[in-house]
Amino acid sequence: MLILECPYCGVKAEETELAAGGEAHLKRFGPGSSDDEFHDYLFMRENPKGVHFERWRHANGCGKWFHAARCTTTLEVFGTYTAQTSVPTQEIIDKIAAKRPGWTWREFADEQK
Amino acid sequence: MKRYSVFAVAREALRYHTGWERAWRSPEPKRHYDVVIVGAGGHGLATAYYLGKNYGITNVAIIEKGWLGGGNTGRNTTIIRSNYLQDPSAAIYEKARSLYETMSQDLNYNVMFSPRGVIMLAQTEHEIRGYKRTAHANQQQGVQTEWITPERVKEIVPIINLHGPRYPVLGGLWQERGGTARHDAVAWGYARACSDMGMDIIQKCEVTGVRTENGRTVGVDTTKGPIDCDKIGMIVAGNASVLSEMAGFRLPMESVALQAMVSEPIKPCMDVVVMANTVHGYMSQSDKGEMVIGGGTDGFNNYTQRGSFHHIEETVRALVETFPMVSRLKMLRQWGGIVDVTGDRSPIISKTPVQNCFINCGWGTGGFKSIPGSGWAMAELMATGHSPLTEEFSINRFKEGKFIDESVAAGVAH
Repeated sequence: MLILECPYCGVKAEETELAAGGEAHLKRFGPGSSDDEFHDYLFMRENPKGVHFERWRHANGCGKWFHAARCTTTLEVFGTYTAQTSVPTQEIIDKIAAKRPGWTWREFADEQK
Repeated sequence: MKRYSVFAVAREALRYHTGWERAWRSPEPKRHYDVVIVGAGGHGLATAYYLGKNYGITNVAIIEKGWLGGGNTGRNTTIIRSNYLQDPSAAIYEKARSLYETMSQDLNYNVMFSPRGVIMLAQTEHEIRGYKRTAHANQQQGVQTEWITPERVKEIVPIINLHGPRYPVLGGLWQERGGTARHDAVAWGYARACSDMGMDIIQKCEVTGVRTENGRTVGVDTTKGPIDCDKIGMIVAGNASVLSEMAGFRLPMESVALQAMVSEPIKPCMDVVVMANTVHGYMSQSDKGEMVIGGGTDGFNNYTQRGSFHHIEETVRALVETFPMVSRLKMLRQWGGIVDVTGDRSPIISKTPVQNCFINCGWGTGGFKSIPGSGWAMAELMATGHSPLTEEFSINRFKEGKFIDESVAAGVAH
């Protein structure tokens, strides 16, 4: 049973209380963006075997959207964090790096250079 | 290959069954093949088989990370039907269904295809309209289906409860020529035929990299060393994103867990497949007497081949209200498989940005029924560069906005 702590109301909610919202931090490009950029935003997904950043909604609770970092091969939850960010917080990246030495995330790794 | 026949059984009976040979060889990989198929599941083996049978390409290796047919091919609920709404889907699933009819003879291997009929129950007004529309579409497509009344449903499935506590049965979409087959036998039959044509099936060999030169594939790196090839077919279901990343492109794909379970064996009580998509459960009875039950997919990305407990509960609830007699049954086994789901819930059978690299994935929750059709079309695409059956299933359809939207048409359960 998947349990995530809602970063807003602090409730440790199990998955029937939550609604999964798919991959997080998808970048939506502004007016004048290319077709490829819009296509990638709409359809392309990382779908990683390992660390995955995703959106969740505390649907049967406070109703707010938040982010979670989770491993898709072990179902380990690294933590949850606020939705008010377009990249994972440094705190969550440090947590993952501590548990998965050598881990890199393609796009974030590029962006943070 | 020694053919299986009644005479073979008689002959072996007279010599203590010492003359049976292994169904397929387990060779070490050669350095070079014309075609490498990654993934020895139903779709991969079927592709290899039709490459050999229809196009004479037999210098083929089928590489498998685990064991043959050990992924979704061995984890599905073995349902075969082709009552889809959209023309491209109906075409490929009907091709598959028709190939299933002659598969046992074709492969000289009993796949136990049982065209026992499939009912999809309509339990809301919306579903009535949807299924009537599908029945009309199927008529145009040459797929034999019909809309049937609740009384006829009860006649076909005496154990059903038409007046469930939440949703009544208001009718159904009936495909008389749909049914089930033995899923392992499909993989084994194809494997035996491929091996007989001289193809190498290499199990316990994981692909660790896809080598490309100037935008075209030249081979794969595996745990048994590098293998060169002219063409690659990636047919790995839930792991498609992982493999495509090795080749350097992304997919419009997410992998989620889908669950199924079987009950203890009981005497014959239901000789058709029943799918109840509103309450979300589907059930058939295997030849051993077990009730084979399919459940729902989880909403989150997952590669662990096990699903969430609350989905089992939902599935069981759906079945108990639809078939009250199953409430006393014990469940024997429950398992999960990783299904690859695209944005429009339809598969991708396509060329890729990498030349000579082909991909067949995205069958989501409906892969088993399509195995022969998918293999047939994929082989045509790989051998000739063009296949009418796969045209609409191109990876580019998302960019072009030409979706094959089956997510509503097919219901959630595929």
